[in-house]
Amino acid sequence: MTAITSTTRLRVNPIACKAHGVCIEMLPELIGRDPWGYPVVSEQPVPDRLLALAKRTVEACPTLALLLTDSTAGRR
Amino acid sequence: MTQANSTRWEPQAARQYGAGPGADVNAGQATESDQRLLGGPADLAGHVRWHGPLPDYDAATILDAVERSGLTGRGGAAFPTGRKMRAVADAARARRSARQRGTVLVANGCEGEPASAKDRTLLTRAPHLVLDGITAAARAVGAERVHLCLHENDDATIQAVRRALDERRGARAQTADVEITRVPERYVASEETSLIQLIDGGPALPRFTPPRPFERGVDGRPTLVDNVETLAHTALIARHGPAWFRATGTPNAPGTALVTVTGAVNRPGVYEIALGITGAELLATAGGSRQPIQAVLAGGYFGAWLPEQRFHSARITAPDLLAAGAAMGAGIFVALPGESCALAETARVARYLAEQSAGQCGPCINGLPALAQALEALAARGDRRAPEYIKNLTPYVAGRGACRHPDGATRLIASALSVFAADVRTHLHRGPCTGARRAPILPLPAATVGVYR
Repeated sequence: MTAITSTTRLRVNPIACKAHGVCIEMLPELIGRDPWGYPVVSEQPVPDRLLALAKRTVEACPTLALLLTDSTAGRR
Repeated sequence: MTQANSTRWEPQAARQYGAGPGADVNAGQATESDQRLLGGPADLAGHVRWHGPLPDYDAATILDAVERSGLTGRGGAAFPTGRKMRAVADAARARRSARQRGTVLVANGCEGEPASAKDRTLLTRAPHLVLDGITAAARAVGAERVHLCLHENDDATIQAVRRALDERRGARAQTADVEITRVPERYVASEETSLIQLIDGGPALPRFTPPRPFERGVDGRPTLVDNVETLAHTALIARHGPAWFRATGTPNAPGTALVTVTGAVNRPGVYEIALGITGAELLATAGGSRQPIQAVLAGGYFGAWLPEQRFHSARITAPDLLAAGAAMGAGIFVALPGESCALAETARVARYLAEQSAGQCGPCINGLPALAQALEALAARGDRRAPEYIKNLTPYVAGRGACRHPDGATRLIASALSVFAADVRTHLHRGPCTGARRAPILPLPAATVGVYR
């Protein structure tokens, strides 16, 4: 993982995601719920004040499906 | 057919091209100088007489020619081929200096779209052009391994390629070491990351990206995945150069392209056209419309509907069709008769696409059947809730899979609701139209047709 900056965004690996919904509970500011319980993540950069919480949310995902990506690097 | 090298682009009488399943394949009426890919003989000796031998250029020369030609991918994405090749070639150089193994080339000849026959036609009519292109591209990107991916049940194509490879071995023609990879006939199995997983010994299912194949593909190595038609054009660019390639087509969509034209036309089939002709000229190439048509599906099941008048004036290039609200896709065009029910036609395809989901991503697993069901309810009995439901659900499906499968399906459904808005109103107010009972126009693999309800 590259350094977390203001260009850091959340991303879901939709193959790994099994709709446990942990992320939706932990980070409702940036993650909504679709009609089937899967997370809909904001496409905006994660604001600095939420970065620490976003990191904890990523770590809490039971299937490791939630990622923080540095969009400028274009890779995981 | 005997041709001296100097006269290889001379006008030819219209020729019958080998037909793929489900399509009578005819020769185009476009000027014969546009018959670059399909104009020559299928056997090796005739191929070399017609096109001349493949020059023995180094990687840099081939790369430079492809980049300057402006060739874009003919598999559907229309991405600049030279840029993709350059990325893999750069990676190959870096790996050589790090003493790592070479890159990989994957030639995609699977033709997953049910309405397309152009890749099969090319591979049976001009297998040596594809093998020349594979050889040139493999050299350009420093590929050590080459896989030619074909549908596992497409025996005619596999045989044509095997025969061509045997011929080349016998004649000691320069050829990359090609391994034929058999791919299951499932819609998403020929997606580029599916092919990589399959070659690596896994299931033919899309994987999460990034990394993109050009970064990390087969065996973890940078991998160039190109459609077989793209590679055939590369073979000709390597021979004749970028200026020759740009002599037909438009400045931002140069060259020719293979298209499959079906539906209500007099001579359905595969044609090679100069990019930039109008939709009207495309239909004329296929013998003109057999009966009044209301719309054309442009870009296949990843594309969109265009009303007849709009299609007539549209230029047939990827950027022009995108601007018109449709797509070039893999060059698929289906003319819908005026008497057909566009909503019922689209609902059948929506159901097919839902069934073709790889079943890996929640929004695709749940969303595509829900959208198909709503569209079916609208077409079959004028269900009043359907249009609003589809509109509200679409944002939860589009762009939310690991691959582009849900994006294509939602685009097709959305285009049906917008282009056939008057039909939607008629269904809501007067129930289904008589067109819903007519024989289907949009082709689907036989096994799936029975599922329609």
